[in-house]
Amino acid sequence: MSATGLNMTASTWQLPSRGKVGMICLIIAESAIFTIFVAAYVFYIGKSLNGPTPREVLRVPIVGTICLLSSSLTMHWAIARLRQGQMAAFRICWFLTLLLGAIFIGGTTLEWRHLIYQDGFTIQTNLFGTTYYSLVGLHASHVIVGLIGLTIVMILTLLGKVKREHSERCEVFSLYWHFVDAVWVVVFTTVYIVGR
Amino acid sequence: MYEWLGTGDHKKIGLMYIVYALLFLVVMGVEAVLMRIQLTHANATFLSPELFNRLFTLHGTTGVFFVAMPILFGFGNYLVPLMIGARDMAYPRLNAFGFWMTAFGGLLLYASFFAGDSVAQAGIAPDVGWFAYAPLTATAFSPGHSTDYWNLSLLLAGVGSISGGANFVATILSMRCPGMTLGRMPLLAWMNLVMGGLVLVTISPLTAAQLMLMGDRYLGAHFFDTQAGGSVVMWMHFFWIFGHPEVYVLIIPCFAFISEIIPVFSRKAIFGYPAMVAATTSIGFVSLGVWAHHMFTVGMPSYGNAFFVLTTMVVAVPTGIKIFNWLATIWGGRIRFRTPMLFALGFLFQFLIGGLTGIMLATAPFDWQLGNSYFVVAHFHYVIVGGILFSIFAAFYYWFPKMTGRMLNETLGKWHFWILLIGFHLTFDSLHIPGLLGMPRRVYTYEAGRGWESWNMIASIGVIFQGVAVLIFVYNMIQSYVKGTPAGNDPWDAWTLEWATTSPPPEYNFATVPTVHSRRPLWDIKHPDDPDSKYE
Repeated sequence: MSATGLNMTASTWQLPSRGKVGMICLIIAESAIFTIFVAAYVFYIGKSLNGPTPREVLRVPIVGTICLLSSSLTMHWAIARLRQGQMAAFRICWFLTLLLGAIFIGGTTLEWRHLIYQDGFTIQTNLFGTTYYSLVGLHASHVIVGLIGLTIVMILTLLGKVKREHSERCEVFSLYWHFVDAVWVVVFTTVYIVGR
Repeated sequence: MYEWLGTGDHKKIGLMYIVYALLFLVVMGVEAVLMRIQLTHANATFLSPELFNRLFTLHGTTGVFFVAMPILFGFGNYLVPLMIGARDMAYPRLNAFGFWMTAFGGLLLYASFFAGDSVAQAGIAPDVGWFAYAPLTATAFSPGHSTDYWNLSLLLAGVGSISGGANFVATILSMRCPGMTLGRMPLLAWMNLVMGGLVLVTISPLTAAQLMLMGDRYLGAHFFDTQAGGSVVMWMHFFWIFGHPEVYVLIIPCFAFISEIIPVFSRKAIFGYPAMVAATTSIGFVSLGVWAHHMFTVGMPSYGNAFFVLTTMVVAVPTGIKIFNWLATIWGGRIRFRTPMLFALGFLFQFLIGGLTGIMLATAPFDWQLGNSYFVVAHFHYVIVGGILFSIFAAFYYWFPKMTGRMLNETLGKWHFWILLIGFHLTFDSLHIPGLLGMPRRVYTYEAGRGWESWNMIASIGVIFQGVAVLIFVYNMIQSYVKGTPAGNDPWDAWTLEWATTSPPPEYNFATVPTVHSRRPLWDIKHPDDPDSKYE
């Protein structure tokens, strides 16, 4: 310990990147927020005093789920391509990620429109409505934030501003996107499997 | 002006946090004085019940969110980059964002005074208590916007705190100067790392619960609505999942001050550095599992009670380790009884007593008797005033020379210490007794002949001493800032990096990035014949 400490110079001194540490901190804080909403959801399963029940109105969003989970894979490819400087492939993968995320949000929009206008089921209807719209809505709002970020990078890419040296920044952003996907696995399990 | 408003410099932001918190310290002190006047004798009519409710709500909310948190964030902001040899925090602009969110949160809370009817009756200031229990916060029981002021101001401040917590963690993990391994970091940096991590996982649940409350109040959701089958106890759980670790968010930075001050004034290296780090980290983790000891009186299954009694007792173990380590540091040292050390010793004694009454209250059957009584009020003020406030004053006397370049006056400092000590003990020792005699907290008045009057009178007299002590402190700060003795770089002959640069430090902190070889880099420089690094 002492020998290496005394000989240490600035060039060999390596610390984790502040971007990654900061993003992981954000993810930890967000996880705590989601934990509380999931806890409320689970606690209120079956406690609504009136209908409708989840089984009566919820349809499992299979297409959206497949799209969102696949977008993690395309994101992973995009970052790998960017690191190698293969800009054309990066652009395609990044666009696919954006597209898949948008399809997911489109699916949620249609699902909510059906629930609200066809089934008359809102956040005020019962405890199920309260917890359903808040948990799924909280996740959807995170997807929307992610889509905004994806769009900004997409525009910068098309303008030719994104280069190989930005792979670290894009990677930090990709951590957020993977997190949003991982949260969907929890939300999906809670809402559409356990809660239904 | 813009130099301050638009700054991203960690030292300027730190000072803004501190000044802002001191202003609110005076505000919450005035609120306390008003309440203590009302409680001097039975059946007093100095304050209306409505105003009393608003005052204790604002006193508690202000104290936690707009005095203690900002002042500790301020010291952390100022000191952490200096002590780890960094140029600034990891995210200077996020740092400024965090400060301004907190600042506007506090202003929003107090804007409620000027909304509604009048200022004298406190406008529509929140009146639901600092933990805002459901269903008091439901629109049915809290019409209008008074609860919204509480909710929104804390949401804002909470976002600021979370960004601050992330900034501390990123700074400490990613910005240390060469040679500053985790094992060589000053304990202050270690403890702020734990504090930052705790902020991330404790403020966020409050943010989540407050979003739910907003949903209930604005969108007609039913989270805490018993009419729709919702549970008000769930709010209690969510609030205390935030609320108890929050206590550690406040006390851990104070442990940090004490862990820096005691060694310097005992002329010894800290005893048991690894044990201190381990104890801090384990306090951080265990504190996440103790929240329902605030809820013994609500009623829980006996295994629930047993679990939370045990976890609460377990927290006392690492805390005890710390107390013993500080004592062992003092033991056999050449103690210098300067003002920072006096406040640190006051902290040690009072924090110990506050911790012991905490263990009493952690015993569920004891808590069934005394929950929500003045015994609880006395207990947590022992920790918050006797522990946190005393260590903050210790930090002021210790680091004021670094921040301003001038020493605080030692004579005034000793007056400040002794008068505050007397006032503190008059007030908060006394308040245990009416608590034991059954006086509930948050009553705006009480009947005569219950044996509560003389104790309440003594407690109120103690407040006069505390007020005088704080005035001496304010005078001392102003006077010393203008014409105190110049401090020089290292007035205390200390060992951590902040004393290696000028007082106050230049914007860039260090002309050359320091390289560190041991836990006490300045000792190594001052004693090249016998450096610490030889023994690591």
